[in-house]
Amino acid sequence: MKYAYYPGCSLGTSAEEYDVSTREVLRRLDVELADIPDWTCCGASAAEPVSRLLTLALPARNLALAEREAAGLDMLVPCSACYLNHLRVGRECAADRALPGRINEALGAEGLHYAGKVRVRHLLDVLAADIGPEALAAHASRRLEGLTVAPYYGCQVLRPYALFDDAEHPRSMTPLISALGAQVLDWSMGGRCCGASLMATRRDVALASVAAILEAAAGADVIVTVCPMCQMNLEAYQSQAHHADTISVLYLPQLLGLAFGLSDDQVLLGKNLAVTDALKGKLHACPTAGPERQTTPTGG
Amino acid sequence: MNKTKPPISLTPAAHQRTLDGGLVAIQDLVRSCMQCGTCTASCPNAFAMDLAPRQVWRLLLYGLTQEVLQSRTFWLCSACYTCTLRCPRGLPLTAAMAALKRLAAAEGDAVNRKKALFYQEFMRNVEQNGRIQEMGFMCSYFLAMHNPMLPLEYTPLGLKLLGKGKLHLGGGAQRGRLGPLFAKVRSMEERP
Repeated sequence: MKYAYYPGCSLGTSAEEYDVSTREVLRRLDVELADIPDWTCCGASAAEPVSRLLTLALPARNLALAEREAAGLDMLVPCSACYLNHLRVGRECAADRALPGRINEALGAEGLHYAGKVRVRHLLDVLAADIGPEALAAHASRRLEGLTVAPYYGCQVLRPYALFDDAEHPRSMTPLISALGAQVLDWSMGGRCCGASLMATRRDVALASVAAILEAAAGADVIVTVCPMCQMNLEAYQSQAHHADTISVLYLPQLLGLAFGLSDDQVLLGKNLAVTDALKGKLHACPTAGPERQTTPTGG
Repeated sequence: MNKTKPPISLTPAAHQRTLDGGLVAIQDLVRSCMQCGTCTASCPNAFAMDLAPRQVWRLLLYGLTQEVLQSRTFWLCSACYTCTLRCPRGLPLTAAMAALKRLAAAEGDAVNRKKALFYQEFMRNVEQNGRIQEMGFMCSYFLAMHNPMLPLEYTPLGLKLLGKGKLHLGGGAQRGRLGPLFAKVRSMEERP
């Protein structure tokens, strides 16, 4: 399996642990990543309030680069906002016939052309659909028994385009977490908004969302996320959300990596802002089940 | 502060065109709203809004733009897309909220223009650096807001990130890369 890889800006800076753990885990799953050369910002959630055309032209630039430099590969994106921005270009072009021409006129400034040939995939989609729980279980050398995990999906990975899971009741992480031997928290807040950039512009409002999510996750040992914005909002503002007991928040591939037997350092656990000693104790106490490596990983 | 080109939505020609075409374009997005209120009931931020989303759509269709632009409702949209997902008419309501942010930046009062600064400073940083440099963006945002208390709100987070080695000034290999694309988009949006 091989994908064109778009890490996005956060994964190079404040979400480095998401980038490193994604690469480490995928490498062990025999997934090859082709970095898209010279990629640029997709506009995050800031482009749309500024310019409609820029909202589409910025991700289209990266898609055009992927078409030219990594032809035929799906584009794998770990950040949910980056994922939606790139995905929507094709969706909106399909609905508005004038749009591809406008986008390509803009990209012409750099001699680039967007043809709409790249399929955009979220990391979670690739893990759930292409790799699958059996392959994860086969690579796990540590059974996460006794660990309860709250799967947090956030918004833009499934809304407005629910391409690989149910947008109202997401559950694509359940078999992945179960495959590691962990319990999955039965909760209804997995798709509840974390407040996103309101944390910068209207912190009081975002904190109310964060508080509601953390409270609902109280029965879990750890929340896992698939988006750097969700991760930051849930891990960095726990005391301001008046959440008394710290709850650990990890990126999904960090948890996968730990189950694969990677060290805390290999998944950059030291970079997380909310990891309790209780979680570390439970993780290190997990039984090391000899890896039942299958000779042919499924889903390839 | 580094004075460069004005943010995209505030160029005079684009400003004028937004005034002319903006409202009708947004009305078209919500034309078939039947006032069921599913959007309001689904919105995680509705509790903090002065106008419910449902009311915003109605006021827009009545042409009561100023009433809408005086509200803070659209600035409270966190783009979670729950309303868009659930709207029984299939209306792109999150896109309509974003369009209102653009309209308010161009046509709104000083309060609206100040709220737009967060997004404009972000995009200016992207234009300059190719990839967003979070540190530089926050610094220019603080300066643009002229609020000496604002950086203090971010001190706890800043210290946490500093302690984790997460405050970078950025590599800069893509610096200037997006200049031609931004310039082209700017000229296309100024076109009548």
